[in-house]
Amino acid sequence: MKTASPFEYLAQPTNLVAVRFDGQTYQLPKGENLAAALLAAGVRSTRENPGSNAPRAAFCMMGACYECRVRIDGASVQACMIQVRDGLVVEKMQPIGGQSYER
Amino acid sequence: MSANDRRDFDLAIIGAGPAGMAAAAQAASAGLSVLLLDEQARLGGQIYRDIERTSEQRGRILGKDYLAGRALVDDLVKSSITYVPQASVWQADQDGHLCYTVEGLATQTKAHRVLLATGALERPVPIPGWTLPGVMMAGAGQILLKQSGLVAKRAVIAGSGPLIYLIAAQMVRAGNPPLALIETQTAADFWQAQHHLAGALRGWRYLIKGLGLIGELRRAGVKRYRGASDLQAEGQERAEALRFSHRGKQQWLACETIFLHMGVVPNTQLSRAMNLDHYWSAAQHCFHPKTDGWGRSSAAAIFIAGDGAGIAGAKGAELAGRIAALRIAADLGRLDEATMAQSATPLHRELARERAARPFLDRAYPASSQVLAPDDATMVCRCEEVSAGDIRRYAAMGCDGPNQAKAFGRAGMGPCQGRYCGLTVSMLLASVNQRSLDETGYFRIRPPIKPLTLGEIAQLDDPDAGAKEVMDLG
Ligand code: FES
Repeated sequence: MKTASPFEYLAQPTNLVAVRFDGQTYQLPKGENLAAALLAAGVRSTRENPGSNAPRAAFCMMGACYECRVRIDGASVQACMIQVRDGLVVEKMQPIGGQSYER
Repeated sequence: MSANDRRDFDLAIIGAGPAGMAAAAQAASAGLSVLLLDEQARLGGQIYRDIERTSEQRGRILGKDYLAGRALVDDLVKSSITYVPQASVWQADQDGHLCYTVEGLATQTKAHRVLLATGALERPVPIPGWTLPGVMMAGAGQILLKQSGLVAKRAVIAGSGPLIYLIAAQMVRAGNPPLALIETQTAADFWQAQHHLAGALRGWRYLIKGLGLIGELRRAGVKRYRGASDLQAEGQERAEALRFSHRGKQQWLACETIFLHMGVVPNTQLSRAMNLDHYWSAAQHCFHPKTDGWGRSSAAAIFIAGDGAGIAGAKGAELAGRIAALRIAADLGRLDEATMAQSATPLHRELARERAARPFLDRAYPASSQVLAPDDATMVCRCEEVSAGDIRRYAAMGCDGPNQAKAFGRAGMGPCQGRYCGLTVSMLLASVNQRSLDETGYFRIRPPIKPLTLGEIAQLDDPDAGAKEVMDLG
């Protein structure tokens, strides 16, 4: 879900490219950290946790907590460890049948 | 130097923060072939994250200590080393074999010596609601600022430790002061810390800096609640408020972002996976890998420098990196013992000064009892949603160590591999079982320490795979 962002850029980024997240298109700065860019775009949650289905989002921003996992090209990746590129298609991680991400 | 990482290196360094960068430059100047692997896209580690591209505006906000990282980078880029960014090391053994992945391509290599410079993690801060979107580690807030120039608009900072003043001051300078600091340390903590004041005075620069930051916050009108307890993040789909007790009263602050911080602890994931010896540090409430005065671990070919060996800060990490590199150069016969000792003496002296302030800071800003021993209802393992009460129940059922806890529930078995629950699980079990932390131990960490695909493992047999992103500095 897209809301007003709780974060603000010090300087408005330029060189925006189109990125799909969870079925919506966002204009995100090319080369920016994907987790940061989604946060700045007002995306509050990037996955639901298996078990409780509770919403989760980036927590450590340094590759340690794995809370920022998203699906790109079918693979689970840490959004805080990759960079925005043009045409990126990102899916929210949703547990299948509530228990696991595996199909 | 050619960028072929299929041959043996004299030294492989894991982590390009202050310890790793300083060690790489020092080792290269002694003529060693050096491979520097780092998970991030750019040099600096977390403390100097994105230092190479920072703007003047960002530099002014982040301050002089951050900008000090530039000299390390400048030194390094003049050196002849092989630097591989975005390299995730998932296996390392005590003989110097390493496996790592760069953008989905797996590579293995061998080095005569390995230096782990993997730095610190923030201590887990298990409070009710800490899994809600909008609750982040304070370090994450700082990374967003350093790396992306992003600042939180309506945020509170909760916990304890000198870092929260720095982050708050940076937010003030960025034009978005935090709504409040909710600090868990008490006046009693401060007075007890006075026993260590003599040591702290040797590190007086830190005290002056801390006072300067607190003054900056006061002038900006940032409200501080000291001696706060019972922190609780509230919200439905995301953080909407922080609830806490202060001077016997319930407080409730509406906010959009909650930054948590209770100090930093060594990141021992790799040293654990390598089966190196560790011990419990009662003063810092965390495990440290065993190292000697040169950073040598319990395995002769493996060294550890920087916060990963015990928290001493960025300057201390840089010094420890240089010291380890000198020792390694002497090990490999590139420096004679006398020259090595002569070069190391002033570094050791300076490192002792850096460490002098720690006991004071550890005592004045302890992790709160709420996070060291969370209530039963608090979720401890975020990945597998295991509560503190679950862990206590396992202990009552005869579970005496973290590895048995995995058989009772799934604590520590999620993708973070215990990085944000391991310490809490060990402390809870030790406390219920009335055993020491050294007896209780820690999760057994098995490689790969990062999730891998089968394709990545298969590539290891393919001689043409890997080494795609290798960059040559120098
Ligand atoms: S936010 Fe922690 S791994 Fe990405």
